[in-house]
Amino acid sequence: MAATLKDATAIVGIGQTPFARQLDASEKTLACRAIVAALDDAGIHPSEVDAFASYTMEETAEVEIAKAIGAGDVTFFSQVGYGGGGSCATIAHLALAVSTGQATVGVAWRSRKRGSGPRPWRNTRTQLPTPGQWTRPYGLLRPADEIAMLARRYMHEYGATRDHLFNVALACRNRANQNPAAMMYERPLTREMYMGSRWISEPLCLFDNCLETDGALACVVVSAQRARDCRHRPVYVHAAAQGLPSQHHGMVNYWTDDPLTGPSWTAARHLWKHADFGPQHVDVAQIYDAFTPLIPLSLEGYGFCRRGEGAAFSEGGALEIGGRLPINTAGGGLSEAYVHGFNLINEGVRQLRGSSTAQVPDATTCLVTAGEGVPTSALLLRS
Amino acid sequence: MSSIMKGTTDNGPLLPVPDEDGAPFWEFAARGELRVQCCAGCHEPRFPPRPCCPRCQSFDSEWRVTSGRGRIWSFVRPHPPLLPPYAEQAPYNVIVVELADDPRIRLVGNLVAAPDAALDSVDPARLRIGAPVVVAFTELAEGVRVPRWLLERP
Repeated sequence: MAATLKDATAIVGIGQTPFARQLDASEKTLACRAIVAALDDAGIHPSEVDAFASYTMEETAEVEIAKAIGAGDVTFFSQVGYGGGGSCATIAHLALAVSTGQATVGVAWRSRKRGSGPRPWRNTRTQLPTPGQWTRPYGLLRPADEIAMLARRYMHEYGATRDHLFNVALACRNRANQNPAAMMYERPLTREMYMGSRWISEPLCLFDNCLETDGALACVVVSAQRARDCRHRPVYVHAAAQGLPSQHHGMVNYWTDDPLTGPSWTAARHLWKHADFGPQHVDVAQIYDAFTPLIPLSLEGYGFCRRGEGAAFSEGGALEIGGRLPINTAGGGLSEAYVHGFNLINEGVRQLRGSSTAQVPDATTCLVTAGEGVPTSALLLRS
Repeated sequence: MSSIMKGTTDNGPLLPVPDEDGAPFWEFAARGELRVQCCAGCHEPRFPPRPCCPRCQSFDSEWRVTSGRGRIWSFVRPHPPLLPPYAEQAPYNVIVVELADDPRIRLVGNLVAAPDAALDSVDPARLRIGAPVVVAFTELAEGVRVPRWLLERP
C-alpha cells in the first residue's frame, strides 16, 4: 500500500444527469442515474463498488444507493460536512480509503433538487442555534447576505469593484455558452445586463449568485494500478486537502482575527506542501463559485496572487480561455449548474482527458476547490 | 411557551434561539446590557460564547460589560426574496460592528434612527465602514430585547 496519497489513486469515471431548474425524477433516481453513468464511463460493474462518500447535506443515503445500483459488500463509507465545502473532500476520502486498502472501487456523488426544492434559509422554525442566534434576528438570512458582508469589506480594504466581480461572472458565463449541458448555454451575459440587474444583497446583484439547479453528478475512484485498465485516460489525485482554520466560525466568518483569510488558505498550505508543483504550474482551475467574491478570495488563498490582489488578477481576461488562469471551464456554479460544486470536479476530469467543451490546450494539471468561507477542501488533479 | 423558545413571533421578526453558551448574552440584553463573555482565568474576551477558553483552556468565564461603542466593520442591504417580515422593510441594512473595547469582537446588528425604528430607518447614504456607532436596545417580543445601533453622530 502507498505511504502517500500522491498519484496513488485516480478518477476513472464521471457521470451526470441533465441540469435544469426542475427535473421530474426524485433525488434518489437522479443520484442512481449519475452513479450508473459514472461506472459505465469507467467500465466498472456496479457490483464492484465497495466505498461511498458524500456530503452530510446529501439526502440520498448510501444504503439506498448501494441497494438500488447493485453494489457489492461495502467496506468504507463517509460523509463530509459544511455544504459545498465538502465537495472535493468526498474524492479525498475515497482516495484515502483506496490507497490504504480499505476499499477498491469508490463512488462519490451529489444529487440535489435545489432548483425546484425548498430554500434552506427559508425555514424559520428549525434554526441552527449557533450561529443563527447572532445573525438571523437582524435579517442576515441567506448565504448571499453573509458573503455580501465579506465582499463589502474586501472591496473597502482593497479597492475591488463591481467590475471585478463582473469579470468573474462573465468568464463563467462565456464558458457556459460553449457547453451544451450548461443551464446558461444559449444565454450570453453583457456588462450592461450585469450592472442593470436587480440587487440580491448589496453589493451583490443577481449575476453574483449561483444558479438554482436540479441535477446529480458522480465520480469513480480506483487505485492508479487499476486505473490503467479503465476506459479513459486516468486523472490522478495528485494531492488533496481539507481546511478548517484555527478559530474559524463557519460561513459567518466575521469573528476570526482576519475574516478575509478564509479556509482556502489552510487547505492550500497543505495541498502545496504535498504536491510536486505549485500554483504557477496549474493549467486550469475549477474554483467554487456559489458567489463571485469567492473567486478573488480563493485566488489569494491558493496562492495565484498575493493577499488583496485577487480582484485585480481578474483583469485583462485572465480568467478566460487563453488567459493566465482559465477558470470554471464548463460554466461553474454561476452558469453551468449549482450542485454544491460537484460539477467542478467532473469538469476538472474532462479538462485532463482533453474532452472539455472549452478545452485548455494540453492541460495536464487542474486545481479543483470547494466552498470558500466554509470549512473547505481541494484537489490537485493531473493527467 | 415563551416567544424566545418559539424562534419567531407570529409573522414578526425572527427571535434569537439561544444555546446554552449564548443564553447569558440574551439575559443581559433583556436587561439592556451589552456584555461579552471573557475567560475568568486569562481574561481574554471571546465571541461567539463557548464552554472553554481557546487560549488557556479554562472552563470558567465571566460576562464583562462593554462600553456599547463601536465602528461599522461592514454592511449589506438585503433585497427580496426574503422572509415576509424582512421583505416588508427591504431594502434594509445589516451591519457588522467591531467593538471599541476590543475590535476583534464583532457583532451583527442593524443601524437604526431610533431604538424602536424600522430596519430601513437610516438613509443608506449614511452607511459607511468606520462610522462610530453606539448600542441601543429594542424589544422584539415580550421579554426579548436585542441590541440595535445608532450613529454616534447622527
